Amino acid sequence: MSNKKIKIILNGVKTACDKDDTVFNAAKKAGVFIPTLCHDMRLEPYGACRMCSVEVKGVSRLLPACSTPVSEGMDVRTESRTVKRVRKRLVSLLLSNHPNDCMRCETSGACKLQNLAYEYKVDGMEYGGERWKLPIRQANPFIVYEPNKCIVCGRCVRICNEIVMAGTIDFTGRGFNTVPDTAFRVARTLSICEFCGQCVSTCPTGALTDKKARGKGRVHEMKRVKTTCSYCGTGCSFYLNVKDDKVVRVSSDFFGPVNQGDLCVKGRYGYDFIHSRDRIKTPLVKRGDKFVKTSWDRAFAIIASNFEKIIKRHGSDSVGAFSSSRCTNEENFLLAKFVRTVFKTNNVDNCARV
Amino acid sequence: MAGLATSLGAGAATNSLAQMPEIDTLFLFGSNPTEAHPIVSIYLKKALRNGAKLIVGDPRKTWMAKRSDVWLNLSPGTNIAMMNGLVHAILKNGWENKEFIKNRTEDFDALREKVKEYNLKTVEKITGVPKQKIIDAARMYSHADKAMIVYGLGVTEHRTGTENAMAIANLALVCGHIGRPSTGIMALRGQNNVQGASDLGPAPNILPGYQPVANADARAKFEKAWNVPILAASGLKSVEMLDMACQGKFRGLYIMGEDPAQTDPNSHEVRRALKSLKFLVVQDIFHTETTQYADVILPGSSFAEKDGTFTNGERRIQRVRKAIEPVAGLADWQIICRIANRMGYPMKYNHPSEIMDEIASLTPIYGGISYDRLERESLQWPCPTKDHPGTKTLYTDLFSRPGGKAKFVALDHKGSGEMPDKEYPFALITGRIREHYNNGSMSRRVPGIMELVPEEHLELNPADAKKMKLKSDDWVSVSSRRGKIKVRVRVTSRSQRGNVFLTFHFPEALSNFLTSEHRDPIAGTPEYKSCAVKIEKLPKSYQA
Amino acid sequence: MASTNTVRKPSVKNLTIKVCVGTGGLAAGGQEVMNAFSRKLRALGIKADIAKKCVKKTGCRGCCSKDVLVDVRMNGNSATYQHISRNKVERIIQEHIIDGNIVKEWLVGPEYHAFHDRKIKILLKQCGEIDPEDIGDYTSSGGYKGLKKALSGNPSSVVNVIKKSGLRGRGGAGFPTGLKWEICSNEESGQKYIICNADEGDPGAFMDRSVIEGNPHSVIEGMIIGGYAIGAGRGYIYIRAEYPVAISRLRIALKQARKKGFLGKNIYKSGFDFDIRIKEGAGAFVCGEETALMASIEGQRGMPRSKPPFPAQKGLWGKPTIINNVETLSTIPHIISNGAKWFSSIGTKNNSGTKIFSITGKINNTGLIEVPMGISLREVVYDIGGGCPQNRELKAVQTGGPSGGCIPASLIDMPLDYDSLSSVGSMMGSGGMVVMDDTTCMVDMAKFFLEFTQNESCGKCLPCRVGNKRLYERLKKITEGRGKKGDIEFLLSLADDIKITSLCGLGQTAPNPVLSTIKYFRNEYEAHIFEGRCPAGVCEALRQYIVKAEVCKMCGKCFKECPAEAIAWEKKQPAVIDKGKCIKCGRCFEVCPFSAIK
Repeated sequence: MSNKKIKIILNGVKTACDKDDTVFNAAKKAGVFIPTLCHDMRLEPYGACRMCSVEVKGVSRLLPACSTPVSEGMDVRTESRTVKRVRKRLVSLLLSNHPNDCMRCETSGACKLQNLAYEYKVDGMEYGGERWKLPIRQANPFIVYEPNKCIVCGRCVRICNEIVMAGTIDFTGRGFNTVPDTAFRVARTLSICEFCGQCVSTCPTGALTDKKARGKGRVHEMKRVKTTCSYCGTGCSFYLNVKDDKVVRVSSDFFGPVNQGDLCVKGRYGYDFIHSRDRIKTPLVKRGDKFVKTSWDRAFAIIASNFEKIIKRHGSDSVGAFSSSRCTNEENFLLAKFVRTVFKTNNVDNCARV
Repeated sequence: MAGLATSLGAGAATNSLAQMPEIDTLFLFGSNPTEAHPIVSIYLKKALRNGAKLIVGDPRKTWMAKRSDVWLNLSPGTNIAMMNGLVHAILKNGWENKEFIKNRTEDFDALREKVKEYNLKTVEKITGVPKQKIIDAARMYSHADKAMIVYGLGVTEHRTGTENAMAIANLALVCGHIGRPSTGIMALRGQNNVQGASDLGPAPNILPGYQPVANADARAKFEKAWNVPILAASGLKSVEMLDMACQGKFRGLYIMGEDPAQTDPNSHEVRRALKSLKFLVVQDIFHTETTQYADVILPGSSFAEKDGTFTNGERRIQRVRKAIEPVAGLADWQIICRIANRMGYPMKYNHPSEIMDEIASLTPIYGGISYDRLERESLQWPCPTKDHPGTKTLYTDLFSRPGGKAKFVALDHKGSGEMPDKEYPFALITGRIREHYNNGSMSRRVPGIMELVPEEHLELNPADAKKMKLKSDDWVSVSSRRGKIKVRVRVTSRSQRGNVFLTFHFPEALSNFLTSEHRDPIAGTPEYKSCAVKIEKLPKSYQA
Repeated sequence: MASTNTVRKPSVKNLTIKVCVGTGGLAAGGQEVMNAFSRKLRALGIKADIAKKCVKKTGCRGCCSKDVLVDVRMNGNSATYQHISRNKVERIIQEHIIDGNIVKEWLVGPEYHAFHDRKIKILLKQCGEIDPEDIGDYTSSGGYKGLKKALSGNPSSVVNVIKKSGLRGRGGAGFPTGLKWEICSNEESGQKYIICNADEGDPGAFMDRSVIEGNPHSVIEGMIIGGYAIGAGRGYIYIRAEYPVAISRLRIALKQARKKGFLGKNIYKSGFDFDIRIKEGAGAFVCGEETALMASIEGQRGMPRSKPPFPAQKGLWGKPTIINNVETLSTIPHIISNGAKWFSSIGTKNNSGTKIFSITGKINNTGLIEVPMGISLREVVYDIGGGCPQNRELKAVQTGGPSGGCIPASLIDMPLDYDSLSSVGSMMGSGGMVVMDDTTCMVDMAKFFLEFTQNESCGKCLPCRVGNKRLYERLKKITEGRGKKGDIEFLLSLADDIKITSLCGLGQTAPNPVLSTIKYFRNEYEAHIFEGRCPAGVCEALRQYIVKAEVCKMCGKCFKECPAEAIAWEKKQPAVIDKGKCIKCGRCFEVCPFSAIK
């Protein structure tokens, strides 16, 4: 990586950028938005959707901003008449082979294709011609695949091969019939798929969706709360999607400092325990061999009096506490403080080793 | 973590995850990140794609081992011998970083003398790893520019866990591979907030921020803030509390969010201790093996129900945010406060951010942390002041030991507490699979995951399976000197001959009934990673 | 077997019989002809050792429409026979070899000579002369001398010679080969590769196959020289699996070259190590695109990637890589042996050397020709190709394969070189040339090429994957009589957008046939759309059968054959076709003995 600066002319404005930048990144840094469908910051530039095509002076073709490196003095126009015409063309070509049933699509409201169709005011109806009629795929416990909504941007294929290196999906077919799929179209199994849902996280349309969240609410109805995963110690961040005080989905936080939107099967799909029927919902106290429900106050009274009794009779060092590496920093600090201030002992430990 | 603390100063990873793709030589030791830390593995895979060389030290043929340049397939429990052998090879060939050793370390002579005993023939005999592979690994690691050792619980969950970590530190220090970006030692932590729980003082001998209770100044600071006297003597470790309980000398215990009855090794003993307690409070989100022994069970709140912070394995402090109301009405921090108030010590916090402010005021490494800052930026400790940017790479100039120098520790190979023998011929290794987590209380409540991985399997090498006339999905009983479980077999070359593998995710086939009582005497970490078992085929008619 | 009685010792000296066993020759029975010669010569008592040595297999000599071609050389004289089959062998032996009388009626005609004897041949000179499976034949005719010469100098001097020669890549766009080599040789890398692109995918093109089948060592020698020039240690030949003969000859040639020390360690004691592997392609047209080809060698799906970076900087497995096609590489040894000046004296300025074209379609002499750059289209079509059959009128010539464009007959005097071709909206491509006469419908022709390219699209980039499909669908509609006003404008604007936005050469050039046919033959499109007729009478749905009353001899044959009872006829009356009932099956057209139906 070199930090050498060079200058390009971006929409008529002299702009400094790094020597190793692509046109897309240089524009982004300069605050110039270039639309794209196949680009994901996590992936290598690919140049398939051509939405990011820009005009470069002296080049007769348009060049894809995502994969074209900058060069000194390059004169780039990102919103010329040709560029706009071509983008309109590309979006309408996509729509010419798309179900266009946004009204009942899970991704409606978060769909990149929908946004572009709105922006460029096209519907792809002028082409007529063949449309895919492929069956929906639902055998997977976490992922639903509706190939008809696929725009063949290759993001799922690339994230599965470049990032996860699982090699579960690749393109099948040729020409118009090119579509991502598993080998021999067999349903995914544990032996070929990690069920990490990375493919879902990168899909720009409704072709890949989270099965468990289907029908549980539309994008605009969700409260999105950014938080940190509670499984292993990597510290991935993501958004909990909440509707009616229920967590219905986990979605990627693409700006997460640790994971940049990447998640594993547990982080992305392991949230059912939150609303499990087995959750303990009230304090319980043991009566004989059984636990019976009790109020918080009653529970606190029993706890206080029992510990006080033991401390009084056997001293502070006969009691103690275990804290948990599953709890927050604040809770751990508080329990350490509790033991030292309330129990007045150093008998506190965490089971921080599994 | 005590291991790295002894050698380097702090028990924490020296670098950031984001530096991993730039590594040119990766030494992965006792860690299976593609299963246990999938997102860390994504960083490591990036390094491999960028052309990094890979050395893997693991008895199992993991995803990474399959793709390694050198696979050190050592026998379980021979880590120290392995590390001493590598250092031996490096010193013998003059591949050490003499300047680094001279300027930034101490006690090198002790190490040099010690590793003389570990010539490669001896090491080959102990570890089972061919001499040439050890030389290859030593050359590759010592000649690297950006070399990182990434280790996991395969290092720490041995009775020599702490020493294993010191042995790793020895190797890194000999080569001077520490204190630079993408160069250092990363320990992968098992649970989401192991780092935070270690940092913030629920430990018998230290106050928050690794301030020893023995230190009078530290005690004075906390006594002033908390308005109580603090004992100078160390308290009991968790194991000791349980031992004392069995002896009738320890009577009242408050367990917040742990399940020692399932996850501690030698579960039978743990259960006896819990039973002996006079009064046990357990705070958890689900009924567990441990809650059975409670007198009072308090409903805990899941991470979705509270505000707070977690600190990850690279010392990064990140926010947990409340998405829904606590299912039982109170978050865990509120429960602690209510009990304290009831017992006459006032704890008045309106929000966890106020707790963090108190942490910051008492704990120098967290001194600059506040919720306001965490909204805007991501910080890694040490972050002593409000304008400190946090620390990505530790020890760039000084180690955090007295004098600023790292310490070499001369170590002897001791082996596992229990080795395979005639009666119990297999070495059992326990660990994780990607789909499940710990005692399974969370992951087993995810229907899709249970569809994919509904039950435990014993991983067995094809050659062993053939000898015992076993094939995949046959039922066997696995027994050790402490207990017996029944599981199905999965025949796979991931396990080497003589080794078998189980997870600890399934209470109906709980591997911790088998694991041994041996522990690391310094950290108290149980020896989950190695014990001796025997395997018997169950009749065809057997059904679970 | 009467002839066996009349044996007399023939005075045969220096008898050589060369039988064409290229893919064309083999298909026509070349192997059987060879066997027959060997067997019978032996049976006739002509010395066995002569029989063994004198019957030679040779590679393709281009004129495949006349296969099996057999040269009989005897006592210093030579005769070439065409259309030889097994049962003709005996007569040739009896009359020509034994009696000394050439079998005149089987000799090749003037077309063969027009084809062969014209102009300079460099690459095809040895094809059809030497035995491709015998390295000795190649070396004795000067083979591997270029390599020796190259290795005696330094790599940069090799690059300089190629640069000076003005050689341009024969695979498509005509990038200067020397410049490409220079860029790659300046890259610093421990490993570099040179790849021979033998993934010849254009329909009807077979020059690469013929060169490899006829003279595999020339390609290998070119690769070794290239590898030396850029500093590559390994070469790959990427060849279609559909070329089994070429592959087997390459394998034999590689083995022989290794044995002779032309491949392997320390070649000619220069310290240069080099070896070549063969990678068989699976018949994807797009794998002829260099980045897709590299992906395929790497074991991935053959999909192109964006350039830059160019393969010369970052190619196979991320290492600097040169990709040249068969024709380019097999030219290299000749340039090294004979010098840059010699090469640049052939052809025209900026377009030096010769080029092989494969001429097919509506032309009398189909096959391969090697001509100097800059020769006029007229010379190729008329002087060499012999014009259109039945003296029909030339309409257009499609060059550059399916991605090229068509050149109307009005431009017949244009020179054939890279720059002229691209200036008229076509391209050189790999040298395919399809000749069309007035029975070719240009809309149908564009549709044919689009159908090919959209099927062969790798599916990666959107404009090619969907855009070309939509182009094809609209052309199909027009040829089916469902064209509408605005369709031509639709095609033009869509084609333009596809050209400027597609990722690789396949997508960028796929609309060329549409654009060039609209440019030169817009009237045909308009006839389809607005008048509902196909001027060439090709498009089934638009065909209207009419009886030319003045030609009709009133025989009634069409009336009897019409399956739809759409023809009215009475004795001594010309037939009349009822347009409403006609199902356009064409039966009447076929059966009319007097060509009275159009």
